[in-house]
Amino acid sequence: MKIAVCVKQVPDPEARLRVGADGAWIDEEGVAFVLNESDEYAVEEALRIAERTGGEVIAFGLGPERTREALRKVLALGASRAVLLSDPALLGGDALATGRALAAAIRQEGADLVLTGSASSDLGYAATGSVIAGELGWPHAWLVMGVELAEDRRSVRITREMEGGMNELSAVVLPAVIQVQAGINHPRYASLKGIMAAKKKEIREVAAAELGVDAGRLGRAGSRLETVSVALPVSGREVEWIAGDAAAVAAALVTKLEQEAKVLR
Amino acid sequence: MNGPVWAVVQQKDGRLQRSGRETIAAAQALARELGTSAEAVLLGDGLAAAGEELKGMALAGARVVEHPRLATYTPGGYVAALVPLVREERPAYVLFPHTYQTVDFMARLAQALDAGLLPEAIAFRRVDGEVRWTRPVLGGKLHAQVRTVGEGTVLVSLQSGAFPADGVEAGSAPLRQVAAAVDGVDLQREVRGFESAGGGAVDLSKAEVIVAVGRGVGGQEKLAPVEELARLLGGELAASRPVVDSGWLPRERQVGSSGQTVAPKLYLALGISGAIQHLVGMKGATAVVAINKDASAPIFKIATWGVAGDLHEIVPALNQALKERAGGA
Ligand SMILES: Cc1cc2nc3c(=O)[nH]c(=O)nc-3n(C[C@H](O)[C@H](O)[C@H](O)COP(=O)(O)OP(=O)(O)OC[C@H]3O[C@@H](n4cnc5c(N)ncnc54)[C@H](O)[C@@H]3O)c2cc1C
Ligand SMILES: Nc1ncnc2c1ncn2[C@@H]1O[C@H](COP(=O)(O)O)[C@@H](O)[C@H]1O
Repeated sequence: MKIAVCVKQVPDPEARLRVGADGAWIDEEGVAFVLNESDEYAVEEALRIAERTGGEVIAFGLGPERTREALRKVLALGASRAVLLSDPALLGGDALATGRALAAAIRQEGADLVLTGSASSDLGYAATGSVIAGELGWPHAWLVMGVELAEDRRSVRITREMEGGMNELSAVVLPAVIQVQAGINHPRYASLKGIMAAKKKEIREVAAAELGVDAGRLGRAGSRLETVSVALPVSGREVEWIAGDAAAVAAALVTKLEQEAKVLR
Repeated sequence: MNGPVWAVVQQKDGRLQRSGRETIAAAQALARELGTSAEAVLLGDGLAAAGEELKGMALAGARVVEHPRLATYTPGGYVAALVPLVREERPAYVLFPHTYQTVDFMARLAQALDAGLLPEAIAFRRVDGEVRWTRPVLGGKLHAQVRTVGEGTVLVSLQSGAFPADGVEAGSAPLRQVAAAVDGVDLQREVRGFESAGGGAVDLSKAEVIVAVGRGVGGQEKLAPVEELARLLGGELAASRPVVDSGWLPRERQVGSSGQTVAPKLYLALGISGAIQHLVGMKGATAVVAINKDASAPIFKIATWGVAGDLHEIVPALNQALKERAGGA
């Protein structure tokens, strides 16, 4: 089976973030970028399905030039090729515009199954995978915690998370887009051999004009959302800070727990 | 003239879901702001009782879209049922609760309608005659102000709890049954059943004290002091999702939108950043102690007491202080 996996490079969740000069996004200077968390699980799931079926995994990433690192990582994990969409005309889009571009690139390669993460940790639209499915006219499922390929390889049985501690058990006909939730598997680490091999694998760049999509429907131009500004959240109630060395903090906390929270007997 | 603002809602056990009432409250508030009308669309099967509830709300109309094929959610069925309605009436905004179910089909609906898609809003306000929406980005570390551009309907999902359900304005709503065009449509998914996600063995909802750990704890082998703290406080151990995903603690101890909802007298959040999916599970706590080495972590926005520091230093010291107190008392 030919499996496409979409990966996004996002700011390291541990990074200290500052608002950038334009006020509309973060200052990326000095920020480390990593593979989006649920995408790591999507990659692992793609590799497992490819290994079981004797297939191959192709990674797709849309983002600035640095996205190449994220793709290189997926190649090191075992994907055979990658497609990079770093044309400025494709950047800055909402889920609809980004999904459109990714779908067009996937259509060029062809795939039996597309895997994405459930949500990006920066923009968090939780929608790009569904948009890809809609563009391709395929079924999709969001928040998938289990994937099992049917014997005849014409459908997948999925376990889909719902609220309240329940799962939906269902089947989706292939080709389809499956939006993988973190926790579905235990992602592998790249081996040294894998890292070396990745250096020789192809990362094909695709320009906006090659996608066969009206330029007005791609990137910032094709986006229905525009971020005016970003800022630190304002809080409802003011936190009471407890400072000092560990012993002093501990003593102060014990007093709070005893006298105010009243949870110590 | 602005088109109306719609709220798409569902019932559960014969009552409107709380998230649905929140959505209606938001639709009423937005319609007031825009000088237009608020309307509701109730979707599903067996909707008589929930329809009665809608009748008592200040809405210009309430459409009941009922069909046996909508009893169980499928993306194909729900999109097919909604497309003709939105196309015909052209609401300016269609609001949804940001639930796992609406997230699953909203983007497909937006594509079918060529509508805008704005997921997970937590507030709106009018600025210079246009609507600005607030949505969390970067795990809640920042809030983005977003405007929509282009023509036509915009679909918006609203984060749970952002618009309180008790804000629903009472009144009277004319109820209208609307045919659901779902006979013969491809449901796009064959739902075979439902199962428990594997929680349930531990009920955290009754715990008075919860000691919760996040990714910041750094590994399973580092849990011992935290476990000791839970013991000393007579509390339950809980975790954020990544801790469970990494296999450091079992799923049954996860708090949040895909875990348990808790309301203890005291919630200690250790190395938890405070993403909204975690907060929805624990914001009912009476008091929250947050220990995080990043003073700008969003968890401090809802904490009662905050410690900007390393949990691996604070927790052992806290254990020591608690033991001394017990011994000395
Ligand atoms: C559909 C969906 C459902 C989800 N459901 C849930 C859910 O039910 N529950 C849930 O929790 N999440 C859920 N999530 C995930 C959620 O979005 C966040 O990713 C998650 O809550 C983050 O967990 P965390 O705070 O432990 O990790 P991180 O966000 O990585 O935060 C770790 C924190 O630890 C701090 N830290 C690091 N080292 C130390 C130290 N030594 N001392 C003190 N602090 C330290 C860091 O500063 C950081 O703030 C869900 C996501 C999606 C998309
Ligand atoms: N720019 C991108 N490049 C590649 N994949 C993406 C991109 N944006 C989103 N995705 C995929 O879509 C998923 C959901 O992202 P989002 O809709 O932004 O929450 C991610 O986990 C990725 O798998």
